[in-house]
Amino acid sequence: MATLRIDNLHTGYPGKPIISGLTLPPLVSGEVTILTGPNAAGKSTLLRAIAGLLRTKGSITYEGQDLGPLSPQKRAGVVSFMPQSVPTDINLSVIEAVISALKASPLDAAGDGNEQLHNRAIAVLERIGISHLALEPLNQLSGGQRQMASLARSVVREPKVLLLDEPTSALDLKHQLKVMRLARSFAADGRIVVMVLHDLNLALKWADQVIVMDKGTIASHGRPTTAITPDIIAQVYGVAIRVEICSLGLPNLIVDREL
Amino acid sequence: MSTTTTAIEQGYRKQFARRIILLVALALATALSFFFDMVVGPSMLSVSEVFQAIFSPGAVELSSKVIVWEVRMPYSIMALLVGASLSLAGCEMQTIMNNAMASPFTLGVSAAASFGAALAIIIGVSLPGVAGDWMVIVNAFVFAFGATLLLQALSSTRGAGPEGLVLFGIALVFTFNAFTGIMQYMASAEALQQFIFWSLGSLTKANWDNIPLLFLLFVVIVPFSLAAAWPLTALRLGEDSARSFGVSVRRLRFLSLLRISLLTAGSVAFVGTIGFIGLVGPHIAKLLIGEDHRFSLPASILSGALIMSLASLASKAIVAGAIIPVGIVTSLIGVPVFIALILNKRKR
Repeated sequence: MATLRIDNLHTGYPGKPIISGLTLPPLVSGEVTILTGPNAAGKSTLLRAIAGLLRTKGSITYEGQDLGPLSPQKRAGVVSFMPQSVPTDINLSVIEAVISALKASPLDAAGDGNEQLHNRAIAVLERIGISHLALEPLNQLSGGQRQMASLARSVVREPKVLLLDEPTSALDLKHQLKVMRLARSFAADGRIVVMVLHDLNLALKWADQVIVMDKGTIASHGRPTTAITPDIIAQVYGVAIRVEICSLGLPNLIVDREL
Repeated sequence: MSTTTTAIEQGYRKQFARRIILLVALALATALSFFFDMVVGPSMLSVSEVFQAIFSPGAVELSSKVIVWEVRMPYSIMALLVGASLSLAGCEMQTIMNNAMASPFTLGVSAAASFGAALAIIIGVSLPGVAGDWMVIVNAFVFAFGATLLLQALSSTRGAGPEGLVLFGIALVFTFNAFTGIMQYMASAEALQQFIFWSLGSLTKANWDNIPLLFLLFVVIVPFSLAAAWPLTALRLGEDSARSFGVSVRRLRFLSLLRISLLTAGSVAFVGTIGFIGLVGPHIAKLLIGEDHRFSLPASILSGALIMSLASLASKAIVAGAIIPVGIVTSLIGVPVFIALILNKRKR
């Protein structure tokens, strides 16, 4: 079982530290970890720091290997990041964009002949369920379709750690469930999947582990029903909630009022 | 292989083939425009005279030979080279700055070059050992390159994103324009006229001394540019994504900026300020062929060469017997296209 460890992490933007001395519980392969918390809690910053997109102090290690000093290309062999938003005016087809993700820098694994890469790109589109959009230009897709295409690009290099920043923000109900199911199946491949989500009900139902963040620190973490409790939510969001078990035996979050 | 896979693979191949055909069509159109550019001119030589002068120079009158070899051919070749260089620079620049309105001139490189030229023309100051016509060229080049060194210094500073670069470029434009303004204020009437002609951008400066230089610069840079096609395409998907695909974006931006500055400085130094090719060329290329940089970079080269060649042709054809400085023609074509681009962007 592979592990990603984050110890004593300091990060943020120039002149604006966001996270100081954060240590996360170990993130293990095969599991989906959901980062949640109010706006400006530092969730996306943490994800971008793990992806190597921000300057960091402290340690981020995968299987004991420090990711900090790795070149962008080596790091891309371990970690992949799906950003919250993508440019909308790109005149590239969905398949071209996926192929460019593969070709942008040399891949670690052998087998990068053109035909193999094309098949790999097509296989990812089929897995995500957007192969019918393969030849459509990105600038003519809906927001949700663009988000699914972005997911395809972030997973096509077969990263060991997959970081998804609000991957369901532009999606309808059905596609939200689809993305959650896909996240679980990426984890089942043996990857570490970390996603930022605002929807606490999705977090309750789909996560192996939930980390609730607040002001750059961890407010709670653990199994979904352990991390998301009325006390924690009241403290972090200032909102009164209940978690009830529905007729299917699944936890459901009901929002009562602002506190 | 499933039917979907086959259908996608076929569709992708068809797209590929269509783009190759478009590139060939652009190349043919450019060749055709070059031909007309060679044939048309104030001296009214016939097509057969032009061909004779090219292929058997001994068989034609000396005057025809001189017109074809010393005037028309350098002009026409220079038009292709400058158009191709500026448009390639524009294509790369729009990508690395993530800004469809970026062009080499946004960097302030041309403004810096103009100031260098003003120094040479008005005060007669240049590097030691440089004299005559070369002073303008050397000065334009030195200042253009200096401006790009400043831009490169900024691009390697952490936290300087695409917006920072564009803002700095605009600051350079205003600074150098102000310096040039001071020069013009101090200039004699004769020097001022000479400088204005230079700054208009004209192919009349083309000759067999400077064409090989720009050609060499161009053919050395193009392979590096094409080699960066995949990372540049990935950069279109956003900086975070490109970095996540393993692209060292800082390095990519730095090297691209170096290519842009060399291409722009070379062109401006030899023919003066030619506006809008760097903006319009890549836009037409990307409209035709998309943003896969394996195609959009060569398409930009060809569309830039084509537009410049057509502008050169127009500069001779608009007023019979006279050659209007080509920079004026490109601006006249460029302005409406530029406005259309902005309006089109607003609509979206």
